[in-house]
Amino acid sequence: MAEGTAPISPEGAAIGRPIARDDGVAKVTGRARYAADCRPPGLLHAVIAPSRIARGRVTAFDLDAAMAEPGVVAVMTPANRPPLAEDPDAKTAPIVFRLDLLQDDRIRYAGQPVAVVIGETLEAAEEGAFRLAPAYAAEPALVDIDAAEPFVPETVGLGAPVERRRGDVEAALATAAHRVQRRYETAAQVHNPLEPHAVVAVWEGDRLWVDTPSQNVARAQRRIAGLLGLPPDHVHIRSPFVGGGFGAKAFPAGPQVLGILAARLVGRPVKLVLSRAQMFGAVGHRAPTRQTLRLGLADDGTIAALAHHARVASSRFDDFFEPAAALSGGVYAAGAVETTHEAVRLDIATPVVMRGPGEATGSLALECAIDEAAAELGLDPLAFRRLNHADTEPISGRPFSSKALRACYDAGAARFGWAGRPLAPRSLSDSDGRLVGLGIGTAVFPSMMFQAEARALLRADGAAIVELGAHEIGQGAATALRQIAADALGLPLSAVTLRTGASDLPDAGGAAGSSHTATAGSAIHAAGTALVARLAALATADPASPLHGAGNAVLFAADGALHAGDGRRDPHAAVLARAGLGAIEARGAAAPDRAARASHAMAAHGAVFAEVAVDPDLGAIRVTRLVGAFAAGRIVNPRLARSQLVGGMIWGLSLALHEAAQFDPATGAIANADLGAYRIPVHADLPFVEALLVAEEDTLVNPLGVKGVGEIGITGTAGAVANAVWHATGVRIRRFPIRIEDLALAMPGREKEDDA
Amino acid sequence: MAKVPVQFTLNGSEKAEFVESGATLLDVLRDKIGDTSPKAGCRQGTCGSCSVIVDGELRLSCLTLAETCEGASIVTTAGLAEGGVLHPLQRAFMDAFATQCGFCTPGMIMAAKALLDRNPDPSRDEVVEAIAGNICRCTGYEPIIEAVLSAARSNSISAA
Repeated sequence: MAEGTAPISPEGAAIGRPIARDDGVAKVTGRARYAADCRPPGLLHAVIAPSRIARGRVTAFDLDAAMAEPGVVAVMTPANRPPLAEDPDAKTAPIVFRLDLLQDDRIRYAGQPVAVVIGETLEAAEEGAFRLAPAYAAEPALVDIDAAEPFVPETVGLGAPVERRRGDVEAALATAAHRVQRRYETAAQVHNPLEPHAVVAVWEGDRLWVDTPSQNVARAQRRIAGLLGLPPDHVHIRSPFVGGGFGAKAFPAGPQVLGILAARLVGRPVKLVLSRAQMFGAVGHRAPTRQTLRLGLADDGTIAALAHHARVASSRFDDFFEPAAALSGGVYAAGAVETTHEAVRLDIATPVVMRGPGEATGSLALECAIDEAAAELGLDPLAFRRLNHADTEPISGRPFSSKALRACYDAGAARFGWAGRPLAPRSLSDSDGRLVGLGIGTAVFPSMMFQAEARALLRADGAAIVELGAHEIGQGAATALRQIAADALGLPLSAVTLRTGASDLPDAGGAAGSSHTATAGSAIHAAGTALVARLAALATADPASPLHGAGNAVLFAADGALHAGDGRRDPHAAVLARAGLGAIEARGAAAPDRAARASHAMAAHGAVFAEVAVDPDLGAIRVTRLVGAFAAGRIVNPRLARSQLVGGMIWGLSLALHEAAQFDPATGAIANADLGAYRIPVHADLPFVEALLVAEEDTLVNPLGVKGVGEIGITGTAGAVANAVWHATGVRIRRFPIRIEDLALAMPGREKEDDA
Repeated sequence: MAKVPVQFTLNGSEKAEFVESGATLLDVLRDKIGDTSPKAGCRQGTCGSCSVIVDGELRLSCLTLAETCEGASIVTTAGLAEGGVLHPLQRAFMDAFATQCGFCTPGMIMAAKALLDRNPDPSRDEVVEAIAGNICRCTGYEPIIEAVLSAARSNSISAA
């Protein structure tokens, strides 16, 4: 850890300690049970038949051929799909996505499920799906974001304003001493959690048991119950382990509901697991963007105007618009600032939230533009960023609840060795003759919070069980939330059991928006505080308690006992024993503090530094160092937090250099729908990545002071890598991911050779 | 499809199954035998999460036909802990925070075991090379490398 990053929590408390993961043994032994690992008796296997066209209709199936395949039990098509209580295209809640549940023969994107084949074995179902051979009436499909007519949507993201303005950007641009205008392109990306979407559905009368990975079991329960016309408490969703989600499992996807319907159709348990190719279809993706940044600069280097406009793609039949420009309202001070969006509709599946939705792509464009502005002025890019540090949130004028960005710049720059970086590009090289460049990006991610509930039960033996429908998706929630529970209850970690991952438990909100620790953790904190208050009331009213007569307010719970400030103590178990109680329970709820959020902007911040080495002849890019310094409020478990931050940074590197889902204009399908051609980084692609934790205290963001670390790492990093490539080569590539051919062909001297 | 009899040893236990001709080792392990430690991440040999060791060789069980494993000795992550005591690699993965969502972990541990079985003292580059075929989408690669190197060190200490 860098200097100035002292631990925030007091020694001895559970919060702040780098304890090992609670789910570690289950995961390293292979015993952790993911949805597809469930094998209830009588299980049948279902597979989806995906559409091969992007627009048109299904005109026929060869049902006879499919049913003739030995082991095929049923084929589910629009003709025999069990009825639904709700139209899957109905907007039944403010945030609900239209699903393709075989409601008709219409095709609206390639990969859309057109039928489900159910078999005694997976092999039989797959063969049946192959023999089903749907026939299509295809219509011309459009999948090119640049070829469609744009419009202005009503909102972006999940209900955010499509446009925001402060000051007169056009006037400020017109009078600025320097102007920079640049356009950047980002590609569509696909979440690709390593665990494909899977569902194992078992009906018992009008009760439904569903094993399926979810980032929000309460939301999934509501949606599935609504579609099926069941009371929500008849739908039992279990999601103890999620093999990665990144947003793809934030909303129940159509194929998961189809697995449930298939089980209804055949009256037996059904397992449906998507193939990897199908993971590029009906479960969402990150929309491609086209972004234009306009900056007006004063001679002293301050930003007079900053305008960020984004064009994003969505489907023809539903609304999700990547809020790519939105973050630019909160990063750099500017005399006038505006963020605007437009959208196009294409014959593609509806995009959805994907790690840093809007922030990831928007940060990439913003950080490149800021770098280009610094270059225009001949300023060091870090000095330029410091000069334009936003002391208040530019778009709103609100103060930040806390903001240790300057300390992040300091810590990151010191660790990375930024000082002495030559200003001019193409100044450095390594011993292999590769061109070396150093780049920086500012990381920022809003500190969100949602509603949650939790319950805590303290038993006579002094041990506690804390329950809520929280989500262990790999981020370490099960461990971090148990640390919060232990401190809230004043118990040693060994005395606290946490139960999560099921819709039968109190609604803990979703594992999304980097908000889960803050949201679920605050509910646990509230439940623990309420339970300690009940315990304290029992003790202080009990003449036999050492704490008799002590005021509640001066008591605190720690090490399994209640303590008064004067050293008197009474163990939890003793309080219950004297009261003759087998257990006591308390519930707690958490919700965002509306007043604090109206008066203050809340965000985590960071600074990311990248070093790249570029082959001068081939344009091959190697990131050789990546250092990030992040301030995200209170850190519950520094090892888990660093894993999240480093993972996010590698996603940022991947956004800049690797991942692109390529739509085939001829078929409308994603042409590289496998993990060979869709380039996810592996060990061999990566440098040593370091994330520093910078101390930050925030008393406004939530009772725990936690800001969240799940997504901020992707911001800042993508821009830092792109800026380092420019610094190495002198070539500014504005189409992402940066392709080797784009860079090689643009390298100085290269064009001449090609012309010769 | 015709059924084919196949016998092999899984983590030291004899197994005999009738499998569909063309069934993959992955599906037979998971669906017939119930060893769900190998994971189906892609079923096309691109992610490594189904990795198992067959007669000492690292194999992608999704690309291995079960019927070709007649008489083979197969090791999966589920078979590594002995008598409730974790294998040094498993212990190292825990201690190094080398598992996040955990879906790649069994395959990653198998790839690491295959490396350490043939090269007990690998360099960092050799570790990277050995697990370059295994995708971790949480991208917790550095702790994984650390875990493998640490397991190698603990092995050499216990062997000394």
